[in-house]
Amino acid sequence: MRYIEPHAHMVSRTTDDYRAMVAAGCAAVTEPAFWAGFDRSSVDAFYDYFCQLTDYEPRRATRYGLPHYCWLCVNPKESEDAGFAREVLKIIPEFLPRPTVLGIGEIGLNKNSRNELAILEEHIELAVKYDLLILVHTPHLEDKLKGTRLTLDVLKAHSKVRPERVIIDHVEEHTIAMVLEAGFWAGITLYPDSKVSPARAVDMLEVYGPERLWLNSACDWGHSIPLNVPYTAMEMRRRGHTVAEVDRIIFQNPCRFLRQSPRFEIPEVPG
Amino acid sequence: MDLYFIAARHQLLELAAFLDRVERAEGTADFRLAALRRALPLLQRSRGPRVAKILTALSDSSRHPIPRATTKSACGACPPASGRRRAAKS
Repeated sequence: MRYIEPHAHMVSRTTDDYRAMVAAGCAAVTEPAFWAGFDRSSVDAFYDYFCQLTDYEPRRATRYGLPHYCWLCVNPKESEDAGFAREVLKIIPEFLPRPTVLGIGEIGLNKNSRNELAILEEHIELAVKYDLLILVHTPHLEDKLKGTRLTLDVLKAHSKVRPERVIIDHVEEHTIAMVLEAGFWAGITLYPDSKVSPARAVDMLEVYGPERLWLNSACDWGHSIPLNVPYTAMEMRRRGHTVAEVDRIIFQNPCRFLRQSPRFEIPEVPG
Repeated sequence: MDLYFIAARHQLLELAAFLDRVERAEGTADFRLAALRRALPLLQRSRGPRVAKILTALSDSSRHPIPRATTKSACGACPPASGRRRAAKS
């Protein structure tokens, strides 16, 4: 089995996780910028975090032979303070030429506030200006439906956003159709308590088909399972999906999206 | 059925145990329990999609951004003071 983990917050994980992921067939990992679990107190703290994402973490992953890429942004959980978020946005262009930066993400909404929406729009402008891929976070639980609708409204209203270059992550059964029908990619996040279980993820694959879908664990500092992508592959096999169908959803699909960035390269891995 | 029946039975019992536990506990149930109870009949729909219907029932159905985020967390059901009414006023 080979797979891509397109959404993992590896700065929060141990080297044991890297070892287990590579042993399970992980061929590349991409890491969106994220909330640390507490609000960072200064622009300098974000500067250090972006250095970690673009310098230290790729080197740590390399020790396990795993290509590591990243996405940069101010996470929506820290967008309510719009003035502060704008100060951080100013330093992001300095990091964009770094060789493992794929795009802007995970941007989006958290509580669906006006400031969060304004900062989302400014991130989209940044991505458009530098012709970067976009990775969108959709809110949790009761806020997801409204947040997904608001996010789609903003993206669809922007004349220069190309839906095929945007992945809208954390879709669930009540949001997946609106994302796919609008032409965007959809990410299914496999979480133990919130979001989606492996069985529900496979249900959605069976209902909506594999086109423009990827799976991710979004593992972070909370209750999460770094191997949930290969576990879901096992669930597909248990239900009778072929090896080729599994490979398409966990390897080829993320490769197809990510290769829209000329920076995304992985060593040839046999299928 | 062979793949999932035992797991579904287990999850149904977990839900029942949760409701019993809440009933035994002291204190007052809040809007989250009420939302869960309202969603339960959706399990009995004769046809799907049940998951999407339940997720929608537990969602904030308002359409406009709120004036300000006062918390970072979501709680799984729409608080009565937020969502529809507050967004409508904004």
